[in-house]
Amino acid sequence: MTDAAGLLSRTRELLAAHPPATTDRTDFLRARFDAGLAWVHYPAGLGGVGAPRSLQAVVDAELAAAGAPGNDPRRIGIGLGMAAPTILRYGTDEQKRRFLRPLWVGEEVWCQLFSEPGAGSDLAALATRAVRADDGDWIVDGQKVWTSSAHLARWAILIARTDPDLPKHLGITYFLCDMTDPGVEVRPLRQITGEAEFNEVFLTGVRIPDAHRLGAIGEGWKVARTTLMNERVSIGGARLPREGGMIGPAARTWRERPELRTHDLHQRLLTLWVEAEVARLTGERLRQRLVAGEPGPEGAGMKLAFARLNQEISGLEVELLGDEGLLYSDWTLRRPELVDFTGRDAGFRYLRSKGNSIEGGTSEVLLNIVAERVLGLPVEPRNDKDVAWKDLSR
Amino acid sequence: MNSTTSTVSPTETPGTAPDLLYSEAEDDLRAAVRSLLTDRADVPAALVRAEAGDPYDSGLWTALAGGIGAAGLLIPEKLGGQGASHREAAVVLEELGRYVTPAPFLTGAVAATETLLACDTDSAAVADLLESLATGGRVAVLAVPLATAPDESLPTGTGPVAGVAEAARADILLVLRDDGLYAVGTEEPGVAVEPLTPLDLTRPLATVTVDPGAGTRIAGPATAGAAVRRGLLAGAGLLASEQLGVAEWCLEETVRHTRERHQFNRPIGSFQALKHRMAQLWLQVVSARAAARNAADALATGSPDAPLAVAVAQAYAGRVAVHAAEECVQLHGGTGMTWEHPAHLYLKRAKADEIALGTPGHHKQTLARLTNLPAPR
Repeated sequence: MTDAAGLLSRTRELLAAHPPATTDRTDFLRARFDAGLAWVHYPAGLGGVGAPRSLQAVVDAELAAAGAPGNDPRRIGIGLGMAAPTILRYGTDEQKRRFLRPLWVGEEVWCQLFSEPGAGSDLAALATRAVRADDGDWIVDGQKVWTSSAHLARWAILIARTDPDLPKHLGITYFLCDMTDPGVEVRPLRQITGEAEFNEVFLTGVRIPDAHRLGAIGEGWKVARTTLMNERVSIGGARLPREGGMIGPAARTWRERPELRTHDLHQRLLTLWVEAEVARLTGERLRQRLVAGEPGPEGAGMKLAFARLNQEISGLEVELLGDEGLLYSDWTLRRPELVDFTGRDAGFRYLRSKGNSIEGGTSEVLLNIVAERVLGLPVEPRNDKDVAWKDLSR
Repeated sequence: MNSTTSTVSPTETPGTAPDLLYSEAEDDLRAAVRSLLTDRADVPAALVRAEAGDPYDSGLWTALAGGIGAAGLLIPEKLGGQGASHREAAVVLEELGRYVTPAPFLTGAVAATETLLACDTDSAAVADLLESLATGGRVAVLAVPLATAPDESLPTGTGPVAGVAEAARADILLVLRDDGLYAVGTEEPGVAVEPLTPLDLTRPLATVTVDPGAGTRIAGPATAGAAVRRGLLAGAGLLASEQLGVAEWCLEETVRHTRERHQFNRPIGSFQALKHRMAQLWLQVVSARAAARNAADALATGSPDAPLAVAVAQAYAGRVAVHAAEECVQLHGGTGMTWEHPAHLYLKRAKADEIALGTPGHHKQTLARLTNLPAPR
């Protein structure tokens, strides 16, 4: 049942029982989840059948050919990429049953309440407090920042400090936070693009039941590392055709607008074209290694490569456009539903891509990770490991 | 900003993606070559020999060419070769690059051999020549300057040709003339091979002069030019694997050194300023590996994408090898400047390889043509 042929017949049974043409979209997605065809590598009963992850493509192709509706992975990216694998690994049976199905179907959007104004790259320095009440519930107070989808989200993964007397990595606990609870306030955070793609989230006396704690008290950092590892896997993991990334629009503009060409821009464009093609091949090699069951360390570098390329290519594109590069599409404050890296115009791409080397781990932090975990270089001496969080300077 | 998005990407047709991994057979071949080079390739000894004007270790070449069968990798079994492909030859070059081994593999077993394979292999002259090359008993090289790119104009006629790589080690020169391709024995009368002083001590250069009457014609004018271009294309594509090997050694050695070298009471490899440089270099090396594998696979499968894959690999990998060697010298401090430490041999090989078979700039101009990204008028 968990080989390609078994999955294919299971998919055909699903399609026969729920013809896409006459079935409501949400109903179809629920049925697909219940048939174990949502994410086939998940356990039975939780949207999967415990099949190899690579066989998902078999199911997806069959469903696409039948015109079946899909969930919108961009809209629920944080839930799919970060919340789900963490809940699967650390959640109780009750939590898995409650949360995974509406997450996958897209009925419940998730956001991530990790970063704080004083805890970005040094995430474990976070100051949001969770204090145990007499009835066992947790009372949460603090402020989070850079939270995409918070204005759409029903649920959040949240890390908060539960013991300030311990060193910073040890006194943290991981929670699932109901964004509709009293005390949760989401405020748009306007960015350099003019949009408010992200939010600030203020937590004031928010009451979280202990049943929504994920993992043991004080083990939140360990749980969060699962989330963060999955975040980096999901960035840069897409399979691209040649010119499939940000080099595409720049190359098209070059071909269509000969009057814009200069020798200087030509040299730089060709250099970036080569680097974009090589980055694409490196991603493809990483994907092939994953499929072959030998995950390579290249993943740690892909986000670095794409961040730099996106920034350099979009910068070149604005310059190529000359007079038009001086203009911008629209500064109106909007709150988009989706993160949009490549849409709109070159000016937007240029400004938005500045975030690519910050979000999901800054390039500087990722270089440290490569240096220490891939190359085995020694860590820098640090003075925060054995000090109680409350005694750290800030 | 804690956002993630999985971009929705157009899907490629299955089955058209290049195989960028190493097969088990390729891993075995790598292990055999590495074991031989670990035992036999002595970099300081090669340096001493190079100063005396002849860097080659003939025993090592015999073991590599005949013992492992490296010389005949690209040659079909019916002509006495291994019937392997460019993918295997690329793995050998990675290892030769790691040891900056003076051996006429790239010039002989790849570029010259590929040229001959593009000629009429049913003709006795071509077949006999290939059979003698397959064992490593004889070595042929192309009588064109090492700097020649696959799509550049080729030297014909009888004038001296400068900068021919490994001509001094060769038994046969493949000489392009207006009326075809000639195989000329270096011992024949009318042939002069005058050594030059090369930047890269481990890949000697010479000026070659061949009298008009010398040699045997092995291809007519209709095939000769295209055959040489095919040889140069294979050479350029697989040179990226040699460059990868050079870069890999430089990175590994630099990481090892900076972990052990202490200054300011801690290993210098713990300073972020150095760690970030090595991490950037690592990313370039894994990227060069993908580009080199792509070129080798495209050549092996005869893909119409091969000229583009080769140009991408050559526009990228040469710069990476030079950067790696330059970082190796710098991060070794004063030691990296010494004649005793092998870093300079890698720097010299990397810089010479950057020019060999077309500079990165030349390959980018090739790409401008292949990708329809033309220069301004």
